[in-house]
Amino acid sequence: MKWLSSKWLAVYAVVYMIFLYAPVILLPLFAFNTSTIIAFPLSGFTTEWFVGLWYTDTLHIALGNSMFVGVTTALLSTLLGAFAARASARFAFPGKTGIVGLIMLPLVLPEIIIAVALLVMLNQLGMPLSLWTVVGGHVLICTPFAIAILSSSYRGLDRELEEASFDLGESRWGTFRRVTLPLVLPGVISSLLITFTISLDEFIIAFFLTGTDVTLPVYIWSQLRFPAKLPSVMALGTILLLVSVVLLIIAEALRRRSAARQGVDTTLAGL
Amino acid sequence: MALRFDREAGQGLRLISLTLAYVLVMLAAPLLMVITFSFWTQDYLTIDTTLTLNNYREAWGTPIYQVLMWRSLKISLIVTVVTVLLAFPIAYYLSFHVTRRKALWLFLITVPFWTSYLLRVFLWKVILGYNGVLNSALLGLGFIDAPLTFILYNLNAVVITLAHAWAPFAILPIFVALEKIDRSLLEAATDLGDSPLRRFFRITLPLAMPGIVAATLIVLIPTVGDFITPRLVGGTDGLMISNMIQIQFGKANNAPLGAALAVSSMVVIGLISVGIFLVGKKLGGRVR
Repeated sequence: MKWLSSKWLAVYAVVYMIFLYAPVILLPLFAFNTSTIIAFPLSGFTTEWFVGLWYTDTLHIALGNSMFVGVTTALLSTLLGAFAARASARFAFPGKTGIVGLIMLPLVLPEIIIAVALLVMLNQLGMPLSLWTVVGGHVLICTPFAIAILSSSYRGLDRELEEASFDLGESRWGTFRRVTLPLVLPGVISSLLITFTISLDEFIIAFFLTGTDVTLPVYIWSQLRFPAKLPSVMALGTILLLVSVVLLIIAEALRRRSAARQGVDTTLAGL
Repeated sequence: MALRFDREAGQGLRLISLTLAYVLVMLAAPLLMVITFSFWTQDYLTIDTTLTLNNYREAWGTPIYQVLMWRSLKISLIVTVVTVLLAFPIAYYLSFHVTRRKALWLFLITVPFWTSYLLRVFLWKVILGYNGVLNSALLGLGFIDAPLTFILYNLNAVVITLAHAWAPFAILPIFVALEKIDRSLLEAATDLGDSPLRRFFRITLPLAMPGIVAATLIVLIPTVGDFITPRLVGGTDGLMISNMIQIQFGKANNAPLGAALAVSSMVVIGLISVGIFLVGKKLGGRVR
């Protein structure tokens, strides 16, 4: 079993991490490089590509569209996810496996299938494509993630705390506000951040379902065709990566804090 | 007791009804519509709703679609096997050898996944290209005399890019399965005289099987539907069935044929998935 010994595995893990991070490290390198050609050797340091983004109006419109789609998607999918997570964590009901399975299905369906199916339906109904149709598709793929995150919050929720609150005379709403909500709030915020991040980066559904308003990834796709635009795209990608990572760190910290508060094993919660 | 159960069932159903309704309207209904659509025909802008199998005849009978379908399956299966094989040692290392900061490792593994998907694919093009990062590095170090050409615009590039894109999805389920293994079983096997290798194949691998199967399916199914990676790094030999589906819904303006191609590829991949699931169930889940 030499090949599974700690030392070799550690070496392998390092090589694997280099493989994982290779594209990520290149992104800022080329974003700060003076040359418009995306290749080595690097020619010099510049921030002009970042400054240029500030003056690109089409980008700002795309960013605004993405923010609208991302925020709306995050709110709706977290709401739908909370209902489903609560139902599956707390109650037994007939057809539970099938219903939850159907709701989680978008997790394994190829996005092109979801996109094409929604496109066919919208066309048949004669509904015009807009940012709302993108939201419709994004909520579908984000809800399973919201459920996965919120399920661990609800499962860790001690049922007796709520019952105690009822016994002490709190109303249903009062119990929700004073007992349930504070306990699951970190999970809710974590779910909002994760679903927002997924929506912000989603391309295939947005590509099929958007009308004339483009989201950020669709904008990036249109820019990839022009070699001269590539350095600005790299700069944009660098900013997006930073934003995503910050949001994820917050989400992860919240999720762990809520798990720790409820005494759940932090490494496994939510997986 | 019966009363309590009924009340509980009612409450549960009521709670989940809104989410269920959303999924029925936005997923189940569209999927049924695509299936119906695949039996119709389109002539420029008018849709003929007479039921016909012509789209399926064309999808299964035309050489180009056959080639693309086979290639998609082949690429997806290779990608899946490579991704899962590369992921397993990492998951094993994390579960059995990393004692502190496991959560940090898991977090670091998921970070690259949050780089814009389009840009990740594009950056692989930069790394693997003729004048790319890899070739210049290897040339500079004197390992090769001329740039390698077999790494971009072909199957290899698609495999590398997708193995990278799906890495966290393969690692996490395997890691979770490995974490669940009762360590005392491993001690018992050693005490009873099993060599580490024998112990691995009798206990660790079979008990990790549910995670391996989950990882396989999570990578395999969406990979068939990817059309960005083949388009950006695949060259002409790397085009897949999804590219054709996209073309039928876009430029070619033959949505019913696109629907038939989509339904066909889903049925094929669905059958393969069920097969993998059953084989995995047979092979694993208990100590051998």
